[in-house]
Amino acid sequence: MKLHFKYDFNLACKILLQEQLEKMQVKYELRGPCDLEIAGYMDEASYNTFSALLKPYGMEVVYNPKSILIQRTKAIILDMIGEDDRMPTAKIASLLASQLNHSAGHLSKIFSEHANTSIENFIILHKIERVKKLLLEDQITLTDISFQLNYSSVAHLSNQFKKLTGITPTAFVRIQKRRMQEGAISSTEPTQ
Amino acid sequence: MEYKPLNILLAEDDEDDCQFFTDAIAQMKVKTKLQTFKDGEALMDYLHDPIHTTPDLIFLDLNMPRKGGMECLEEIRKDAKLKDLVIAIYSTSASENDVEDTFVRGANIYIHKPNDFPSLKKVLAEVLSVNWQYHTSGLDKANFLLSI
Repeated sequence: MKLHFKYDFNLACKILLQEQLEKMQVKYELRGPCDLEIAGYMDEASYNTFSALLKPYGMEVVYNPKSILIQRTKAIILDMIGEDDRMPTAKIASLLASQLNHSAGHLSKIFSEHANTSIENFIILHKIERVKKLLLEDQITLTDISFQLNYSSVAHLSNQFKKLTGITPTAFVRIQKRRMQEGAISSTEPTQ
Repeated sequence: MEYKPLNILLAEDDEDDCQFFTDAIAQMKVKTKLQTFKDGEALMDYLHDPIHTTPDLIFLDLNMPRKGGMECLEEIRKDAKLKDLVIAIYSTSASENDVEDTFVRGANIYIHKPNDFPSLKKVLAEVLSVNWQYHTSGLDKANFLLSI
């Protein structure tokens, strides 16, 4: 008996890819037949596991050294900012350079060209995001936060917060508390 | 790294402001796809139609006929399917209270309408850059507040 097949290659590949992604237990979004975006970052070990899972199907993650470098730069910065201990006092740029084995100038150039922002702005943005998270915890003062994230003073922290977000840290907390109380957003209140 | 164009919607009843915005967006470095609506009602019809893909970013004028920006904002935030959308309110008022109330109602970005083209471009570039970081770096959108 002879059987004749027809395939939907895109669909087959999509399902295969999704099956492997489920094994990795990562949150992701498919961005077309050959692209996907993963929430957060994949460390090197997971990246290797994922590549190994795809290999038997002739699928390969296209390796782009620049984007990997940017990803590693971001991961190191986020790691530093996310730590509960104080931020390192050394200049972040030189820490990055030594950990990634590239000159600070090279890193900064690659980053600015491909990440839509500079390393400095990326650090500031993520530090302020961390400040926001901490601000919403009850037992911590702005002074504690400025110490923890290595700001030279509370005023410096407040200014940077205001400059980046357009509102003061106090207004930020007030807005978020009112959002919770008034249940304006359905994530905090069941949908009506 | 190649990214899909950013899918942007604008609800604005004033034709000049709308044109102004369209021109400024077209000059951004980030690739965008813009659709405009004459009022809030038209925008909401579009959003509720499952045929359309969910946009990445919505700009809402506060004062519009039929349905204003604030009503759209509240409707969007109450809709489980749409609540994660990034919403920018685009207004001529810059009173601290208005800004704060808009944030409480669920806006992410409050833009005080710039008067000239270069300022508008600068503001939009800033908004797109911060928005891009929120989309690509796994930041918590619940804490995304920007007044500009």
